[in-house]
Amino acid sequence: MASIPAHEGFDAHHDDAHEHDHKPAFFQRWFMSTNHKDIGTLYLIFAIFAGIIGGGVSGIMRAELAHPGIQYLGWWTHFLGGNDQDFNATLHMWNVLITAHGLIMVFFMVMPALIGGFGNWFVPLMIGAPDMAFPRMNNISFWLTFTGFCSLMISAFMPGGTGMGAGTGWTVYAPLSTTGSVGPAVDFAIFALHLAGAGSILGAINFITTIFNMRAPGMTLHKMPLFVWSMLVTAFLLLLSLPVLAAAITMLLTDRNFGTTFFNPAGGGDPILYQHLFWFFGHPEVYIMILPGFGIISQIISTFSKKPVFGYLGMAYAMVAIGAVGFIVWAHHMYTTGLDVNTKMYFTAATMVIAVPTGIKIFSWIATMWGGSLEFKSPLVWAIGFIFLFTVGGVTGVVLANGGIDDNLQDTYYVVAHFHYVLSLGAVTSLFAGFYYWFPKMSGRMHSEFLSHLHFWVFFIGVNLIFFPMHFLGVQGMPRRYPDYAPAFEYWNTIATNGYMVMAASMVIFFINIAYSLVAGKKAEGNYWGEGATTLEWTLSSPPPFHQFETLPVIEEAHAH
Amino acid sequence: MALALDAASRRNRKVALIAAIGALAMLGLGFASVPLYRMFCQATGFNGTTQRSTAAQAAAVKATGRPITIRFDGNVVRGMPWQFRPEQVTQDGHIGERKIAFFIAKNTSSRPIVGRAIFNVTPEQTGAYFHKIQCFCFNEQRLEPGEEVRMPVIYYVDPEILNDPNAKDVSEITLSYTFMEAADSVQAAPKN
Repeated sequence: MASIPAHEGFDAHHDDAHEHDHKPAFFQRWFMSTNHKDIGTLYLIFAIFAGIIGGGVSGIMRAELAHPGIQYLGWWTHFLGGNDQDFNATLHMWNVLITAHGLIMVFFMVMPALIGGFGNWFVPLMIGAPDMAFPRMNNISFWLTFTGFCSLMISAFMPGGTGMGAGTGWTVYAPLSTTGSVGPAVDFAIFALHLAGAGSILGAINFITTIFNMRAPGMTLHKMPLFVWSMLVTAFLLLLSLPVLAAAITMLLTDRNFGTTFFNPAGGGDPILYQHLFWFFGHPEVYIMILPGFGIISQIISTFSKKPVFGYLGMAYAMVAIGAVGFIVWAHHMYTTGLDVNTKMYFTAATMVIAVPTGIKIFSWIATMWGGSLEFKSPLVWAIGFIFLFTVGGVTGVVLANGGIDDNLQDTYYVVAHFHYVLSLGAVTSLFAGFYYWFPKMSGRMHSEFLSHLHFWVFFIGVNLIFFPMHFLGVQGMPRRYPDYAPAFEYWNTIATNGYMVMAASMVIFFINIAYSLVAGKKAEGNYWGEGATTLEWTLSSPPPFHQFETLPVIEEAHAH
Repeated sequence: MALALDAASRRNRKVALIAAIGALAMLGLGFASVPLYRMFCQATGFNGTTQRSTAAQAAAVKATGRPITIRFDGNVVRGMPWQFRPEQVTQDGHIGERKIAFFIAKNTSSRPIVGRAIFNVTPEQTGAYFHKIQCFCFNEQRLEPGEEVRMPVIYYVDPEILNDPNAKDVSEITLSYTFMEAADSVQAAPKN
């Protein structure tokens, strides 16, 4: 990256103090960064690192679940410094694993990658801004997330009641998380959520300010690329839902340490209230994880169909609608807590309403491709994979939305299959789609299209082998969150574990592809996807200069989205 | 140029401030939900939360001819060294009629224990119409080692229930209590 070609268009006026591509020294550049692209890169590297840990944890779980009985948990308990002679401590290890997997994947993989990574990188580029509105706050956001992750890792080596580590599940329900888990492990895990949450709230304020105030002249809200729209809605969801989680887990901390009884009936509290607060955050949270993916998929489908997205305004306001309705459906996670029939009816109906804007998005993507001049480059293949996998997850979501059916299916593997189809397969597939779409833009090197396609097909087969059988297991009544099961469930569990190995092989292809592109990849042009790529980041070189848009680009009346 | 930058950063600060206020408001709402949730349950009888009324309010209620059966259930949380049971399994009465029921509790341990009873009724939609005038659950109960007490509940079922299409067909209501050791039991009753 020694020499960066002058980018086209916007470098007519040099500011002497801002000489192009004057980069700070290594430590200052990466540890004290205020540059949105560098911070985005940090977030992406962090997310990949956390993803390896979180994915590794799911590998341990899949290995344990391959056959009935307890095979490997004792070894892992011993390995992590626990007492493997105590069978309860061994079983506690399982709870620690599911907790770690959930928290890492949600807060330290998907969110940092989609929001911190791609959001930081491409929101300023797409709206023609030189940087984020508050570059230093951006830096704080990243390091708060990072310290949150450290706090979560530390919790694994602290006593957590029955064994080492926090074994509460990612939902941290009271009373298991209060009177049920003595020891500092759960405090560290809760503190991790505080830190990551604070980082995300600051990030959300930054995105909202940037998008409202720093759009290039002529770029009205209704001309913003859909990825920027998705980040705007996501930022609002973060801003309004995370503080509620912060309040809930703060009350958990005081219940644990200072003798309050917010969630303890013995002192007049109510543990169900914690569930209401958690899911008031938790349901918007699942849209926080998928909306940026929607934005990425919209950009990709439009680019490789070589036409603007079908129904642009409908697409933008569908995301707004999903975000708004997402705040009033939380109790569908609590159908079995004793809600009366009328309440269940409301939450069933409200939840199903979300299928309407989601359907608008699915059909608009298909309508965009319809009659388009399709070019099956790797990002488009991943995007089509996303549409399929997300739709499967969405359909099972409509099934689970029914209060009556959920009474039967709650806490079974059907639910596990559902949310992994929308997140592990949906959000993660959109991550890889975005990665292959933008990686050459970020690194300046082309990846191998062959390896990207191969990665897709191996990944697609692997994840479907893991998660599709879980629908059968769930309908047959296999409960979640247990390390052991009745032998009747073995057949599909073994297939799911084999699927995990296929998926793991696809990750090897992914890393080979990154290594290949960094070592031997062709240099990427400014707009390597050609005429379909019309947003502002394609007017810059690859990688973009350290400081871009010192003279703001002007968006003309006829500019496509 | 400097002036323009200042104007831009002022605008940024304004938006950020509004956003931060929004976040703080949601944080406040999170904490405020504790009293709000309690008020909501008490006001609506949500989840079978029973109502509390004074003797004067109860005196204004006229008994109807509609019979109703109340079933009683009493239990303690796991590990609490009390015996706790209703004296009568069911009581037959009429909607609007004031009745008294007794529960018996005994401390089987060798230390004084302060207990707190949590309660609700099923079917849950009857919570809004189940009124207690006097109840041992209004206060914490302290039992000395080996002490046995007989505790009353005075209640009536509000005739308004007959106007609620979701609750008017109910002919049997179960009132359940669970005793647990009060969170401040140790301070209130130091071990001998």
